[in-house]
Amino acid sequence: MFKLKCDDFLIYDEATGTYSMSAEQQVRDETERNRWKSTGFTLLKDWRLYLMLVPMILVYLLWKYLPMTELLAAFRFGNFQDVADRPWVGFNNFKVIFVGAQATTFWMAFRNTFVIAFYGLLFGFPLPIILALFFNEIRSNVARSILQVCVYLPKFISTVIVTSLTLALFASQTASTSQGFLSKLLAAISKASHLQAAVDGDGLVYSLEYFRSIYIITDIWEHAGYDSIVFFAAVIAVSPTSYEAAQIDGAGKMAQMRYVVIPSILSTVVIMLIMKIGGLLSVGYEKLYLLCPDDSLDNYQVAEVVSTWSNRIGDQYTSRAYGIAGEMTNNLIGMILVIGSNTIARKASDVSLY
Amino acid sequence: MKRKIEASELIFKIIAYVLLIIFAILCVYPLLYALGSTFSAWDSVRDGKVILWPDGFQIESFRLVFMDNQFWVNYSNTLFVTFIGTIWCLVYSVLGAYALSKKRLMGRHGFNFFLVFTMWFGAGVIPQYLNYQQTGAVFASIVGGSSMFDIDLKWLIVIAMGMNATNIILLRNSFEGVPSEIEEAARIDGATELQILTKVYIPMSKATIATVALFFGISRWNGYFWAYKVLGTQQQYSWPVQVYMRDFIDTNTNLTLNYVADTADYKDIGQATSMVYAMVVLAMVPILVIYPFIQKYFAKGVNMGGVKE
Repeated sequence: MFKLKCDDFLIYDEATGTYSMSAEQQVRDETERNRWKSTGFTLLKDWRLYLMLVPMILVYLLWKYLPMTELLAAFRFGNFQDVADRPWVGFNNFKVIFVGAQATTFWMAFRNTFVIAFYGLLFGFPLPIILALFFNEIRSNVARSILQVCVYLPKFISTVIVTSLTLALFASQTASTSQGFLSKLLAAISKASHLQAAVDGDGLVYSLEYFRSIYIITDIWEHAGYDSIVFFAAVIAVSPTSYEAAQIDGAGKMAQMRYVVIPSILSTVVIMLIMKIGGLLSVGYEKLYLLCPDDSLDNYQVAEVVSTWSNRIGDQYTSRAYGIAGEMTNNLIGMILVIGSNTIARKASDVSLY
Repeated sequence: MKRKIEASELIFKIIAYVLLIIFAILCVYPLLYALGSTFSAWDSVRDGKVILWPDGFQIESFRLVFMDNQFWVNYSNTLFVTFIGTIWCLVYSVLGAYALSKKRLMGRHGFNFFLVFTMWFGAGVIPQYLNYQQTGAVFASIVGGSSMFDIDLKWLIVIAMGMNATNIILLRNSFEGVPSEIEEAARIDGATELQILTKVYIPMSKATIATVALFFGISRWNGYFWAYKVLGTQQQYSWPVQVYMRDFIDTNTNLTLNYVADTADYKDIGQATSMVYAMVVLAMVPILVIYPFIQKYFAKGVNMGGVKE
């Protein structure tokens, strides 16, 4: 007689020639059958843990997920005050913003979102790294702390204050407003006719030519110091022995930078860059709204991004559906960017933000 | 050879010092400029003569702001929203983060995704606004009102705004770093779940909690857009101070190009601008007072929670 290989769950009875289930397997089956009971038991035992989750889940459901149901309005005809009266129109609203009546302003806003974010990245990304390298040079703890307190500070100033000070410092020279010290200074230094016209007109912030530069500069002013924290942590993590070894090999300061520091912080830099690219489309609308509250202003054509555009046209319920559809498109692309960048970061370095 | 190394090192050090000092000065300059302008003569403010040090001297701007009733009503609103709002956010974030940090929590990945998804995708400005309107209406109907403006919308700001998933992730990561042996020891000694959280986890994650509290508090103190959008001009007594400052700038100075002489409360633009600076200074005071104490924590907190899974 042959014997089955599966004797750990079946027992062969030679006398009767039949198989019966082993005791171990019976126990195993029993546990399998009672699994839901033990699951329920664990849940019950840990009920306090689940109770702790409830407030957070509730808050997020009510004020993060419930608003998402409003996105359905993007697929409805918008011309009625009452939601129930609006017929479904499929992707018609998207057609209107992509190629129809709203296309000009939507694509302008979409382009501005990219341009502002791209310039922000181009000029804003390197500075925190440089600051971190410089901070590493300062051996005196007191001096470093004082400098760090100063450069982190702008991050904690409110957008209203930042924009007010920006408007005030770059205000026009005409008598109808208080004059800005910085625009006076710039007008004295530069003789460019654009600049003179802007300074004599509505001021630099409200000018088509200078809005972007001022926005990017104030953005760097706000974030560069604070963003250097992560890089500084990476720089001070470099082991002192690496420097010593490089010094013994005759490396000067620049060579140490090139061959010791930069390679050590490169992974942090790459991850932060990928993350920044992921967040490219989430340009801060609060600041842009405060710097360009009205579409009659001259800087409107460069300051309007998708969220401010959506906010603006969404004020009337007749065009609200377009606003919702437009921002939804923007946010979906943004989400793809974030998830993509996270996947790349994880692949590249086994680290990711989420 | 040795001398050369020292020279390059010295040069780099000098460059680092000089550029950092310049950048640090640029960072604080606008704030000092605001302070100087507050005390400058109104004509100097209007003509852009102030560079740093007060040009001429007056404390009338400060006096006028101190006499401005609405400013202080709104200032106290901001204090209220910041204080209660931060505590509220901190409570549900700490509780949620603690639960999420436990490996034995079933559906942990699901709950994490639930949280993280809100960082990837937001509903957008209009859906959020419609949601706040409905929330306000529901809140009002609970206390017997018919429209959202029947209730003090401060409470809506406190309860429904200021969410931040990043902060919860920071807390979760910090709780995960607490060794499980300590928790087991406490459990054997008969500690309940809440006791373990308050007696073990919270004291051991002080740096992160301080950081997160700072982040919540700052975003509360600085919040403008949603308060303005939801409250509009209908509930000026519930405005946070940021909304009032912006409104003051709109009506009394020409910085937003909206100036209409007839509706302005102050006829002198230099005077109004100087008062704006006084408000800016006053609105920054609480942050400047708290910030140095928490500053030492947050560099640590940020790095700890930042990049890992």
